[in-house]
Amino acid sequence: MFILVVLKDTIKIQPWNFGKKRTGVILDALNNKLSNKVINDVGMCLTVWDLLKIDDSCILPGDGATHTNVSFRAVVLRPFVDEILVGKIKSCSKESVQVSVGCFDDIFIPPENLQENSKFDSREQVWIWQYEDGGQAHDLFMDVGEQIRFRVISEKFVDLSPSGPQYNEKERVENDSRVPYEIIGSICEPGLGLLSWWNAA
Amino acid sequence: MEVVEKTHALLSNHEVLSHLRDIQNGTNDQRKPGRNQQNLATVCYSTVKFLEQTPAVSQSVEIIENFMQKIEPFNLTKAEKLQILNLRPTTQVEIQLLVEECEERLSEDDIEKLLQIVQTCLTTNDQESS
Repeated sequence: MFILVVLKDTIKIQPWNFGKKRTGVILDALNNKLSNKVINDVGMCLTVWDLLKIDDSCILPGDGATHTNVSFRAVVLRPFVDEILVGKIKSCSKESVQVSVGCFDDIFIPPENLQENSKFDSREQVWIWQYEDGGQAHDLFMDVGEQIRFRVISEKFVDLSPSGPQYNEKERVENDSRVPYEIIGSICEPGLGLLSWWNAA
Repeated sequence: MEVVEKTHALLSNHEVLSHLRDIQNGTNDQRKPGRNQQNLATVCYSTVKFLEQTPAVSQSVEIIENFMQKIEPFNLTKAEKLQILNLRPTTQVEIQLLVEECEERLSEDDIEKLLQIVQTCLTTNDQESS
């Protein structure tokens, strides 16, 4: 679920921070930049793991700050495709079941990836798996907050860096609602789905 | 920002949990999130809260090392071992999910043995999951 990624960045240290411990200032700057952010094609960054190499700092003309090249490793949330994860159901809608794994909740299970014979109850706003056992039908509810085991099927990165001025309102609203990193899951296999479905057996 | 190596290594849930706890407590050379580091504080809080409900909370470096040595003979891939460690499966159907082409690679006896090892090595003094 979590991986280490080696990254390199240039950190600017302002003169009023020269008196402080340099590694501390660099760590803070990197964490401010990365924590809780998605890097395109890499995953969601949690925090810096360690600093690998700090190059010599340089000063640019007309600026009192120093600029330092730093290589470091970061902890990144990036489940690999086919990985099995356990999360919590965050919400259900007709389009998908949304799952959260703590710091990250752009995980969606579309209806075609649910167990066979699942249907959406629009009154209660939940998905129900109609499980048949020897002629008897059981309704298994997927309530919000329940723990769910799912398989990662695919991932989608969208580059959200601004491309230019957006003139019409519609385009802007559309862009605001996009998510940079999204995981598509599936529970369409024996053993997947709510933990309580399989515990009793 | 430059990405040097996209996947340098895989981390187990336990490693991430102990690193984030170090940050929260300012131990092991880590720095506590400052007043204006809300993103760091939030991400630590929500991830720790999530991981505390997983088997990672009861693991330690020794337990993991011991476990890794014991499951060596099963010839599982790195990713499979990692998932078994993170999820602590208790039933056959879970093993079949985690291990690719399980029927060809593991016999019923192997699965039983594997489950036994998982149970003896990874379930230690935590009753909260049951």
